[in-house]
Amino acid sequence: MLDTKSTGSKIRNTVIHIIVIGLGLACLLPMINIVAISFSGSAAVSANRVGLLPVDFTALAYKRIIEDSQFWRSFRISVIRVALTLVLNLVITVPMAYAMTRSKGDFPARNIYMNLLIFAMLFNGGMIPTYIVVKNLNLLNSIWALILPGAVPVFSVILLMNFFKGVPKALEEAAIIDGASQFQVLLQIMVPCAKPSIATVSLFSIVGSWNDFFGGLIYMQRVEDYPIMTYIQSLNIDLQELVKNAANSAALENVAELSNRNLNAAKIVVAVIPLLIIYPFLQRYLISGLVMGSVKE
Amino acid sequence: MKKTKSSIKSTRTRNSLQYHAMVFPGMVFLILFGYLPMFGLIMAFQDFIPAKGLFGSQFVGFKHFAYMFTLPDIGRVIRNTLIIALGKIILGMLLSIAFSILLNEIRLKFLKKTVQTIVYLPHFLSWVVLAAVAMNLFNIDGSVNQILASIGLEKINFLGSNNVFRKLLIGTDVWKEFGYNSVVYLAAITGIDAGLHEAAAIDGASWWKRVWHITIPGMLPIILLMTAMNLTSVLNAGFDQIYNLYSPIVYEVSDVLDTYIYRIGLVGRQYSFGAAVGLCRSIVALIMLVSANKITEKLTNQRIY
Repeated sequence: MLDTKSTGSKIRNTVIHIIVIGLGLACLLPMINIVAISFSGSAAVSANRVGLLPVDFTALAYKRIIEDSQFWRSFRISVIRVALTLVLNLVITVPMAYAMTRSKGDFPARNIYMNLLIFAMLFNGGMIPTYIVVKNLNLLNSIWALILPGAVPVFSVILLMNFFKGVPKALEEAAIIDGASQFQVLLQIMVPCAKPSIATVSLFSIVGSWNDFFGGLIYMQRVEDYPIMTYIQSLNIDLQELVKNAANSAALENVAELSNRNLNAAKIVVAVIPLLIIYPFLQRYLISGLVMGSVKE
Repeated sequence: MKKTKSSIKSTRTRNSLQYHAMVFPGMVFLILFGYLPMFGLIMAFQDFIPAKGLFGSQFVGFKHFAYMFTLPDIGRVIRNTLIIALGKIILGMLLSIAFSILLNEIRLKFLKKTVQTIVYLPHFLSWVVLAAVAMNLFNIDGSVNQILASIGLEKINFLGSNNVFRKLLIGTDVWKEFGYNSVVYLAAITGIDAGLHEAAAIDGASWWKRVWHITIPGMLPIILLMTAMNLTSVLNAGFDQIYNLYSPIVYEVSDVLDTYIYRIGLVGRQYSFGAAVGLCRSIVALIMLVSANKITEKLTNQRIY
């Protein structure tokens, strides 16, 4: 009896390990594939001969990126955009969240503001009216069109509020007795206490604005103004054409048309590197933030 | 006059002013990019011409809404939206729940951490990047088809076939998000009293029985909350993903509300019509969010917002 039980549990354990490792590989291998493509010769890529290892290893694609001025222009636009969005998001959400945690007695207008915030989260004007507003504010083709519409991430405000509520009242009261203003309480007590949740909110902001391609697509009319993801998306369209034409496989003969695939793969890899650099922080803060955000009182 | 008021009252007013100042910058942007577009929805009831603006364009009542329901497209678009979104929600939840239960069984710390690190990654990558990854894998001569061919199966035109494209959308989305979504379930499992499992094991309950009678009931509040939360996005089939993967040959099965509004309204410059479709979408989404919030509050004492 005991024996059969332990063999049973051994089999079960093996199966569980196989499934879990299998799912892990399912996430890992496609990434390895694109890296392998970026390091392969164009002929091998065009013939779809690249699997997990580079074929005809070459770093030529990366050499060509170094000289690609449009790629770096877009990369720089994205870096600037991420930095400005981050600063703006923090300057707006941190004080706002703090004021929103005050009691109605201290801040009578609190509920009005809160309702405005919540309603903006539940309902929005949608794609077209937002576009018209950005256009009428003369922001088209300006980097601010990529930054200002996302200036108030309501979810981040709520996440920060949840955190501020947990800061012991005594700290704050002591500071107020010492004559601190509300701004001083915020900057000298709340902000240092809330570092982890500020990190979470910052990372949301960074990942969101780095990854966004849609803003660039609708607000930027010239390729020179594209942020990195919009630029890469414009390259993907070439790939899409290719997929469409693949039905009549004559297109596959056209190696010249295909030879950009390894270059595009290399661009994608380089565009993802900034995220990989901050990935350890993402894991640490965003995942705790997710649990924090989903369990609200 | 202020001097006559008590000192408490004046501190309070001063504080209140400081709070207004803290909220002010955010409110400016919220009004500009949140509430101004809502006001702009008036264009759905006009023949809006950008040069004339909201105040100069002619009002046409419900013309665009009536027109919308005469179009054969709209039924197809709504159907696609619901099928794709529901497919993603249901399969995504099942896989994340199953994955979290299985991952919890892994005792090797190193293996567990490594797998977690890998499966969380796709969540943080843009669909622009993942679409390129997917197109390299799933094109007619891509690695997936080569594997199919090598085991004697027929090649599948994943990206260009009306039969499989929707499945590809659902599958790749589940793939992208299952890891990250499993985080909350894993947290719920960790919160279950280990004593329950031990007692059941001593009573001879098999692993399956324990999962079914202890783990899953223990996760139920979080599962209900996530179901309600996810169902609110049933009109959001995932613009970024679809836009980056679809092409006119598969519009039939993959054109959803957001891609439709984008193509017809924005690219096609039928602003009023696009705004009308968008308004319907936003209203339904609002109703769903409010009711989901009510339901979860009743069931789990938690709120979505």
